[in-house]
Amino acid sequence: MSTPRAGIDWVKAAPWLYTATLFVVWEAAVRAFDIPQYILPAPTVIAGAIVQYWSAIWKNSLQTLYTTLAGFVLAVVGGLALGILVGWSRFIYAGLYPLMVGFNAIPKVALVPVLVIWFGIGTIPAVLTAFLIAFFPIVVNVATGLATIEPEMEDVLRALGARKMDIMLKVGIPRSMPYFFGSLKIAITLAFVGSVISETVAANSGLGHMMLGAQSQFNVPLVFAGLVMLAIEGIVMYAIMAWIEMRMTGWAHRSQTMGA
Amino acid sequence: MQPLVTIEHVDMRYGGPEGLLAVQDLTLSVAKGEFAAVVGPSGCGKSTLMKLVTGLYIPQGGSVVVAGERVTKPVSIVGMAFQNPTMLPWRTTLDNILLPLEVVQRHRGRLRAHKAEYVAKAEALLETVGLKGFGQKFPWQLSGGMQQRANLCRALIHEPDLLMLDEPFGALDSFTREELWCVIRDLHAAQGVTIVLVTHDLREAVFLADRIFVMSARPGRVIEERKVPFARPRDLEIMYEKEFNDVVHELRGSIADARKAA
Ligand SMILES: Nc1ncnc2c1ncn2[C@@H]1O[C@H](COP(=O)(O)OP(=O)(O)O)[C@@H](O)[C@H]1O
Ligand SMILES: [Mg+2]
Repeated sequence: MSTPRAGIDWVKAAPWLYTATLFVVWEAAVRAFDIPQYILPAPTVIAGAIVQYWSAIWKNSLQTLYTTLAGFVLAVVGGLALGILVGWSRFIYAGLYPLMVGFNAIPKVALVPVLVIWFGIGTIPAVLTAFLIAFFPIVVNVATGLATIEPEMEDVLRALGARKMDIMLKVGIPRSMPYFFGSLKIAITLAFVGSVISETVAANSGLGHMMLGAQSQFNVPLVFAGLVMLAIEGIVMYAIMAWIEMRMTGWAHRSQTMGA
Repeated sequence: MQPLVTIEHVDMRYGGPEGLLAVQDLTLSVAKGEFAAVVGPSGCGKSTLMKLVTGLYIPQGGSVVVAGERVTKPVSIVGMAFQNPTMLPWRTTLDNILLPLEVVQRHRGRLRAHKAEYVAKAEALLETVGLKGFGQKFPWQLSGGMQQRANLCRALIHEPDLLMLDEPFGALDSFTREELWCVIRDLHAAQGVTIVLVTHDLREAVFLADRIFVMSARPGRVIEERKVPFARPRDLEIMYEKEFNDVVHELRGSIADARKAA
């Protein structure tokens, strides 16, 4: 390719360029082919809808953010605890793993009706759906980190009289932290999917609920405005998790790139 | 001299009564302060021997006695180092070396109050292995040879009476390996620690050890025991002398026979 020139860092600029291009092409296509608004609204129309319905969009965005984060926090606590438990002993692992795989195979949207029966329509089913869908990757990652302790390391410590607890605290848990923080990005994305699914099916507020209402009124620009807000919230949460991962487990990245 | 390690007629089988017999009728003893080497074909039970002596495994038959006591659980008077240095990447080299002290009963209670004393000891050890000033570096900032030196410090920090080394230099290039031979030789001379070195490098065994045990193919047992007559301190130069090569040659013959018998 070309030699690097001073000034613009094209690789850094690429995400913005591509995003801008997407919207420009979209806008141009809608205008050129005269696509009706109820099929595909142009970005400018969507922007207009965001401005017009801002108070509703803002309120519902906060609700979705709240249910997602609540479910995510539950998933982190539960996932960490269960992951350590599963990684702790082969017996627990052998017994629980098939159960968890089976449970994970159930599409979580199918659980929403059950949650509604138990808790009624509203915030709680959304939080719980987010939790149920997000905790599995955390469990698997934490358990993997614990299960892959080098046997030599374990031998060195056991020969010194270390108990299981010592090995877990000194080696296992710190070692599984990169796996744990790595799983947060996946977990937050899944929590978001879970809460929006639940809000779409059974809620009185949230972006999913708002979009369903807009759809029934054929307010397609508002539906797309909801999608754009979902994308923004998703990207921001993902970026925060990626940043936390980088901050907390710098040693794991450096030790990989530097090599032993 | 009185033996520090005595292994008598030991049978060790992995995986229950029908499992794989790793060593059979294994008998050997290592005197206090001695430097012993164990050589043998791969898979003959050398690592198993290490784990029996440290109490990680309890044999089904025979007895293992360390420092006058029958081994029935892990013995913390032993330090261990393996081919893989297994330094924890989130700890500095110094904190890695102090790790055993956080585990060994005798030290864990004292560690916090006497931190400075232990750190000084770790730094002294680092200096003896040629890593002075590297304590604050992270393991991934060290080369393979330096990590293995740090690993030796970790094995020695709790002042073990017995140091068990399982092919510790197997993964290193030949120059680094020779450097580390000298480090181990000097550690042995300076600290008076008893060392059992498992290796597949016969020159390494002859250069370092007072006594070499040759093991048979699996199920492993000692088929030959050879004293190494060379005076200490030994210089790397002795490896180019005829007597040295004669000993290496002879051992080579025994191992070849052991493998053929398999
Ligand atoms: N934990 C274990 N479970 C089952 N078999 C094992 C185990 N550890 C070692 N073995 C077997 O015991 C034999 C001796 O192993 P090892 O002591 O590691 O040999 P060496 O170190 O001499 O190469 C090998 O055949 C190996 O496959
Ligand atoms: Mg081995």
